[in-house]
Amino acid sequence: MDDGQTIGTRRDWFLTGMKGIFSLPAIILMLSFVGFCAFTAQAGIPVEQVVFMTGMVWALPAKVILVSSILGGANLVTAFIAVTLSSIRLMPMVAALVPEIRTEKTPTWLLLFLSHFVAITAWVFAMERVQSVPRERRIAFFAGFGITLVLANMLLVGVVYQFVAEFPPIVAGCLFFLTPVYFLASIWSSARHPVIYVALVIGLIAGPLFYWLAPEFDILLAGVGGGTLAWLAERNWRRRREARA
Amino acid sequence: MTVLEGWWAYVFIAIAGWLATDLWRWLGVLAGNRLREDSEALNWVRAVATALVAAVIAKLILYPTGVLEQSPLWLRLGSVATGAVAFFIGRQKPAIGIATAIAVLAIGLHILGV
Repeated sequence: MDDGQTIGTRRDWFLTGMKGIFSLPAIILMLSFVGFCAFTAQAGIPVEQVVFMTGMVWALPAKVILVSSILGGANLVTAFIAVTLSSIRLMPMVAALVPEIRTEKTPTWLLLFLSHFVAITAWVFAMERVQSVPRERRIAFFAGFGITLVLANMLLVGVVYQFVAEFPPIVAGCLFFLTPVYFLASIWSSARHPVIYVALVIGLIAGPLFYWLAPEFDILLAGVGGGTLAWLAERNWRRRREARA
Repeated sequence: MTVLEGWWAYVFIAIAGWLATDLWRWLGVLAGNRLREDSEALNWVRAVATALVAAVIAKLILYPTGVLEQSPLWLRLGSVATGAVAFFIGRQKPAIGIATAIAVLAIGLHILGV
């Protein structure tokens, strides 16, 4: 336990991670969840399902697509495809985070379990702050933050559900609008690769375009088509710049 | 609009929601440090993933549900545009862009009497 004296115990770092619930990204996420809760309450999804969904489907865009699929009467396979395509981004996010937080002794099952708590907010938070945490304690720190964030939002959704329907329309409208605006700002500011900017702009245009052309497969087509176009454009631009240099 | 009922709702959420998202997280763990950060394949995956989320964002802004359904499109686009200007002036701090966009929307909704 000499070790614990110098770098702090696991419990200390877990608690430090828990305190991250009071950080700006966590607060914005919680406000977005109130907005999401208003969306589901207005759509008539029962509160038990919303709380279950909050804990199980830990990615706000995936949840919005899942709810939209349910409301649109989509079958299980169609809903699965739409949600899974919107969640591909979780793979590179997790793959980039894992080498930052694990040690040689970290068991794979623990990483598989903790990966559930990786979403935009926790990822940005961890990638920013994990450098100042001793490597042996990074798992505890991330677990403290990630688990607290999920449980707090499940509780929040369960409690506010009965009130959101009675919110003044202006408040409900602004909270709902927080979700797209928050995603735009956080994706742009946390992007580490030029292709992200291109893909974000093309996706914003391709989404409505495909909604107009083929409303049933709009998100899928905009993602694969728009994303491939963005990748080609960025690669082309990068190669030309390298050739000139 | 459809709403699912009983145990089927939870099976639906577990398969189309939980499994559909955590599948990628598990693959992410397994890929771990094996995945090359500079590979072109990862760049393509990043682009498709970002475009997918961007398409969702655009739909939320252009075709909202609930209260915002009755708000004019120009107000929603104007809020996002003003927020974007504030975001870039404010050294790309998310809080600045978000607060500006929401403030413009709230003022607009108030003036229009929504």
